Amino acid sequence: MFDFSHHQLALIFAALTALSILLYAILDGYDLGVGICLPLNNEAWRDTSIASIGPFWDANETWLVLAVGLLLVAFPSAHSAILKALYLPATLLLIALIMRGVAFDFRAKVKPEHKFRWDITFKAGSILAAFSQGFMLGIYIMGLEYTLWSTLFAGFSGICVSAAYALIGNTWLILKTSGDLQLHAIKRSKQAGVFCFVGILSVCLINPLVNANAFEVWTQGPFVYLYAAIPLLCFAMFALGYLVLRRLPLEKDEGAWLPFLMTAIIFMTCFVGLALSFYPYVVPNALTIYEAASAESSLNIIFFGAIVVVPIIAAYTAVAYYAFRGKADALRYY
Amino acid sequence: MDVLVLSRIQFAANISFHILFPTITIALAWLLFYFKVRFDLSQHPVWMRAYRFWVKVFALTFALGVVSGITMSFQFGTNWPGFMETIGNIAGPLLAYEILTAFFLEATMLGIMLFGFNRVPAWAHTSATFLVAFGTSMSAFWILVLNSWMQTPDGFEMREGVAYATDWMAIIFNPSFPYRLSHTLLSSALTVCFLVAGISAYRIYRGDNKKAPNVTLKTALFAAAILAPTQAFVGDLHGLNTLEHQPAKIAAMEGVWHTEKGAPLVLFGLPDEATQSNKFSIEIPTLASLILTHDPAGEIKGLNEFEGAHPPVAPVFFSFRVMVSIGLLMIAIAWWSSITLLRKKRLSALQLKILMSMSFSGWIATLAGWYVTEIGRQPYLVHGVLKTADAVTTIAGENVALTLAAYLSIYCVLLIAYIKTLLNLARKAVDVEEYDLSLPGLPEQKTQGNTATRGAN
Repeated sequence: MFDFSHHQLALIFAALTALSILLYAILDGYDLGVGICLPLNNEAWRDTSIASIGPFWDANETWLVLAVGLLLVAFPSAHSAILKALYLPATLLLIALIMRGVAFDFRAKVKPEHKFRWDITFKAGSILAAFSQGFMLGIYIMGLEYTLWSTLFAGFSGICVSAAYALIGNTWLILKTSGDLQLHAIKRSKQAGVFCFVGILSVCLINPLVNANAFEVWTQGPFVYLYAAIPLLCFAMFALGYLVLRRLPLEKDEGAWLPFLMTAIIFMTCFVGLALSFYPYVVPNALTIYEAASAESSLNIIFFGAIVVVPIIAAYTAVAYYAFRGKADALRYY
Repeated sequence: MDVLVLSRIQFAANISFHILFPTITIALAWLLFYFKVRFDLSQHPVWMRAYRFWVKVFALTFALGVVSGITMSFQFGTNWPGFMETIGNIAGPLLAYEILTAFFLEATMLGIMLFGFNRVPAWAHTSATFLVAFGTSMSAFWILVLNSWMQTPDGFEMREGVAYATDWMAIIFNPSFPYRLSHTLLSSALTVCFLVAGISAYRIYRGDNKKAPNVTLKTALFAAAILAPTQAFVGDLHGLNTLEHQPAKIAAMEGVWHTEKGAPLVLFGLPDEATQSNKFSIEIPTLASLILTHDPAGEIKGLNEFEGAHPPVAPVFFSFRVMVSIGLLMIAIAWWSSITLLRKKRLSALQLKILMSMSFSGWIATLAGWYVTEIGRQPYLVHGVLKTADAVTTIAGENVALTLAAYLSIYCVLLIAYIKTLLNLARKAVDVEEYDLSLPGLPEQKTQGNTATRGAN
């Protein structure tokens, strides 16, 4: 068994929680994005779009359960403080996730005349889920307080996160589809990319202004120049991504995976940037990870399980992605 | 309204809605694995047909289970912060192990199970089906460890109002866990047996004379004929275990207000908290003592011994009777139909109708059983350790009222949509042509004839 100190465990579990949130944002991000951009005027495209995420979405959503679960078990007081402050938007998120999750299955099984109804539910649920996540992020950045300005900022953040998901969703479609739908996804990726860029830029400017902690991290301290690489990498990905999107599609579908990879890197840099801004706080300016962490013995036990199981999860996730590699097939129960 | 009452209703609504789906997927996954293995061994298309139909039901049910379950991971912190503050050191690792060892496994393998038949080798598809079944059972294992620990806590010590683990084996294999796990897994199996029997009966009743619904009907009924009496036996053991560790719950279940020797079994009555008695009760003398202590003169502790610390009597009392009645009905129907099937090879229209009407009887029995055990644990959240009222949130009551209304309305919509879709899937399956033995695995096609005879339907 392991015997880490309380300090080390708090850091380990903060890292694990952060990793789960990041993986959730990337993985469920692309399937939410596909839902956000579901073309209501083209049934064949809808079928293909949904087929491209069919085998994966259940597992993608599990990362949210893990992220919230880790927060709950490793930082119970933070879980309670954050989610109590976000109670209504979080409920909206849950209801949206319920509706889109079931719409996905119902659309394939109801009478044909009711299918469109569930397609609309799927799209609306995806938009609402993405918006409420962005809204929650916005309120979190503003220190979990509801003022006129923080609510406006959170609304703006909701739109930007939806755009970010739309971006990664469309780059997923570029990777998994071909023909007209792929062309359409390339066009949509450019549009979503612009929104996303504006959003990230404004968070970069606003966050240090409202959070003293963030200001300090990005302007003082020994690692400032190293940290500067993070936004630089992010904006370089936007520039490169735009160049790539202008040239796609290429012969033999070369490079179709590039936009998705670049978007994933953008997500990663943004996330690391945010995490650095808030460290060591888990509840902004109120509670640090060291104050909020659970008892050592329990965290050691979970860490032991995580060390054994997470590589296995990674392995069979790889198997699933390998089994469904290439362009999406029509979604049939075999 | 009071935030405690609202939070309790909301948690009860969320978890009641949620349990409907896992209780199907836990056993249905194993049934699908059985169909798949039979197909692998015999290559007979009827097993693939059975698999193909029920895997669709499984996919829909699983999706509802996943999305309704996410709600739970939020509610612990938002509505019941005192829960994790007090027993987080115990509940945390158990929940974490559930997510790590079960949730990812089932969710990832489900993709291969549903859509991977043509993408992976046959053995890999069968393995994926097995792993989904294994994952759902692991999930049941961990969550029942936690639930049982809340009923019969063990292997911990309290320091400054917070629980710390002292012995993980004692926590996991706490006194009520083996009984609760068996009882819950069997209830899942019976729910699925009657769902499969009911939907198969519906197909046969609507003129589906293909082999698949008859095979699934037979499988489900024979399994039920064995499992329903087993459940009665396990339920009895579970009751004896509860008598030992939570006597107040048993007193409420049996409606025993005052400690007595040779207590009668109250078949029916109206428990009245004001007068501490049962009105209009129909009783069988000394039977409760005989069942619970295996001695006609045995003493049963009454509710009077747990003044101020016993659960509300009426809901526990009635839920228990609902559960037991459905259980007995299940035994009777399973045996009657199984014997008819063995003798005459087919069921009468009346029997088909009874089975159809019992399609969701497992749900009612499961919910009733959970109400017995969960309401029966009140006023405690963790028996003897934490009272429910001490764990509740400080959120404004109006906010909880608002979210509760939202949850309840979508649950109604989803429940109706789920049942209608299941029936729709069954009707669609009626129109599918019987398999051609020379061409296994071809896509299903509609026949002209069958559709025509159904006319305006």
